[in-house]
Amino acid sequence: MNRLQKTLQQDKKLLSIYFTAGYPNLNNTVSIIQELEKNGVDFIEIGLPFSDPLADGPTIQTSSTHALKNGMNTALLFDQLKDIRKTVQIPLIIMGYFNPILQYGVEEFCKKCQEIGIDALILPDLPLEEYNTLYKATFEKYNLSNIFLITPQTSTKRIKEIDSSSSAFIYMVSSASTTGTQNDFSAKQTDYFERISKLKLKNPQIVGFGISNYETFLSTISYAKGAIIGSAFIKMISKEGIAGISSFIKSIRNS
Amino acid sequence: MNYNVDEKGYYGEFGGAYIPEMLYPNVEELRQQYLQITAEESFQKEFRQLLKDYVGRPTPLYFAKRLSEKYNTKIYLKREDLCHTGAHKVNNTIGQILLAKRLGKTRIIAETGAGQHGVATATVCALMGLECIVYMGEIDIQRQSPNVARMKMLGAKVIPATSGSKTLKDATNEAIRDWINNLIDTYYIIGSVVGPHPYPDMVARFQSVISEEVKKQLLEKEKRENPDYVVACVGGGSNAAGIYYHYLNNPKVGIIAVEAAGKGIDSGESAATSVLGKMGIIHGSKTLLMQTPDGQITEPYSISAGLDYPGVGPMHAHLYTSGRGKFISITDDDAMKAGMELSQLEGIIPAIESSHALAIFEELKFKKDDIIVLNLSGRGDKDLNTYINYFKL
Ligand SMILES: Cc1ncc(COP(=O)(O)O)c(C=O)c1O
Repeated sequence: MNRLQKTLQQDKKLLSIYFTAGYPNLNNTVSIIQELEKNGVDFIEIGLPFSDPLADGPTIQTSSTHALKNGMNTALLFDQLKDIRKTVQIPLIIMGYFNPILQYGVEEFCKKCQEIGIDALILPDLPLEEYNTLYKATFEKYNLSNIFLITPQTSTKRIKEIDSSSSAFIYMVSSASTTGTQNDFSAKQTDYFERISKLKLKNPQIVGFGISNYETFLSTISYAKGAIIGSAFIKMISKEGIAGISSFIKSIRNS
Repeated sequence: MNYNVDEKGYYGEFGGAYIPEMLYPNVEELRQQYLQITAEESFQKEFRQLLKDYVGRPTPLYFAKRLSEKYNTKIYLKREDLCHTGAHKVNNTIGQILLAKRLGKTRIIAETGAGQHGVATATVCALMGLECIVYMGEIDIQRQSPNVARMKMLGAKVIPATSGSKTLKDATNEAIRDWINNLIDTYYIIGSVVGPHPYPDMVARFQSVISEEVKKQLLEKEKRENPDYVVACVGGGSNAAGIYYHYLNNPKVGIIAVEAAGKGIDSGESAATSVLGKMGIIHGSKTLLMQTPDGQITEPYSISAGLDYPGVGPMHAHLYTSGRGKFISITDDDAMKAGMELSQLEGIIPAIESSHALAIFEELKFKKDDIIVLNLSGRGDKDLNTYINYFKL
């Protein structure tokens, strides 16, 4: 069992934060991760920036463009993270698009992730079919969980296929949309959360896209194992920097 | 070897559908239905009728006598420049809008670079009375203002793409994001043989009317269906796919693909994807792609906005790596010269995209009795400003 699988078994609701590596400053990666852990975040998604992030809304697009301009790249991210496991215990996930990984070499990339202590990957443009036929064996060799997305439009049949191909959690996208923030969830969305929770899947569900505050966090965790905050965190950090992390996390947890 | 798409959506190792899960229901719906719907008699009847009465097909196969004399070979031009709206692009938009209607979609989105595909999409939306939204890079909107005006006259809404490099690839990103956010009522008309499966195959099938006609027309003129070579410029590769289609699996017909070298292959300002690209993923397709060593997609350059795409359709990536197609790249200067030459030898002002294909006669020597069919993909009206500035007309 890897770190992520263990964390998912804890008897509590989980909060995860996504940030774009290299943004706002090139060399903040380690400090952001440490600060998030210190403030009780349960696991982290480290965004590997890409020039053409198709599934992302304006906030993450802009942060990616800036990160690339700052000089972020795959080799540099690995270099920044090489000693991360000396100080950080919580699970770490890399979220990115598939092309930079293809260029790095899928096997090399997975090997490096294992060396560093990365627990899982989220690659929105690597769908189930292509993963299963071409890349699954490599991910498994290096003990990396691959996280799949589902949306309100995903059929029950496909959700079950995704569940059986998953080994950590299912990333439940809150609405059929790109990433971004919402102030509250509609009845349609909560119906969907409820429908999924009734399926009794083998993997827990973590909700992402649109969670921005205490209210949206609270309404998701009544149906799911936890929630991921991305765009709202990026907006905060672009204004307040690392110093703002503590009060941001407190505001989400309402603690 | 088979050069058509396989049942998994690949051309050799290229193709597939590398799409976010949000798009899966729509792309899957299309994958399951496109062959069946387009094969229906009522679809074919409507498609053929519109190609004939509205687009003006069949387009002529014209023997270019003076051009042939100059290069001492037999050159035929397939006159896609005479299609309604001025280029081959409309063959595809007619096909896709009929499909969109049968899928019950009411809102149409498209991306455009030079504006040709945007105009072709706005045109068929006007024809069918459907809402039309065209994404166009902010920089291209400035460069191609006449086409922006045409789209507006046709009732389309043109939305500037302001992300990334603000050109075609970003307009495509924005169109895909729009689709993610409007799955239920929206259909995305892609403008070339790019994107996730089944788009490359579907667009190739709609454009295949070009080589279907060539076969008949050449039989009349030369008593043979097969030329020695078929030639086309390649941006995403749709006009090329159209003229290659019925010859793909006939090794006796040589395939020549012409890419834009821009200011030269090694100049850093080029769009010659086959030479400069490496396998990667762009807009949902695994294909050859211009990118940094780190896998970030780079911005191509060509004087011709229609060839200015950092990727190439997966069919063409396969034709290139398998050796089935001969790929040539032509600089801005050589293309412009060839455009002027055709104008003065034949009285036909070509689109600058097509001028790239015409420039190969300075590069390659053909035999006297070789028969070459070159796809004249579009006319030069849209490029007049570029010609004026280049030649100081
Ligand atoms: C006249 C003309 N030819 C060729 C192209 C290139 O596209 P494709 O390679 O898909 O034919 C374009 C694109 O705008 C065009 O307008």
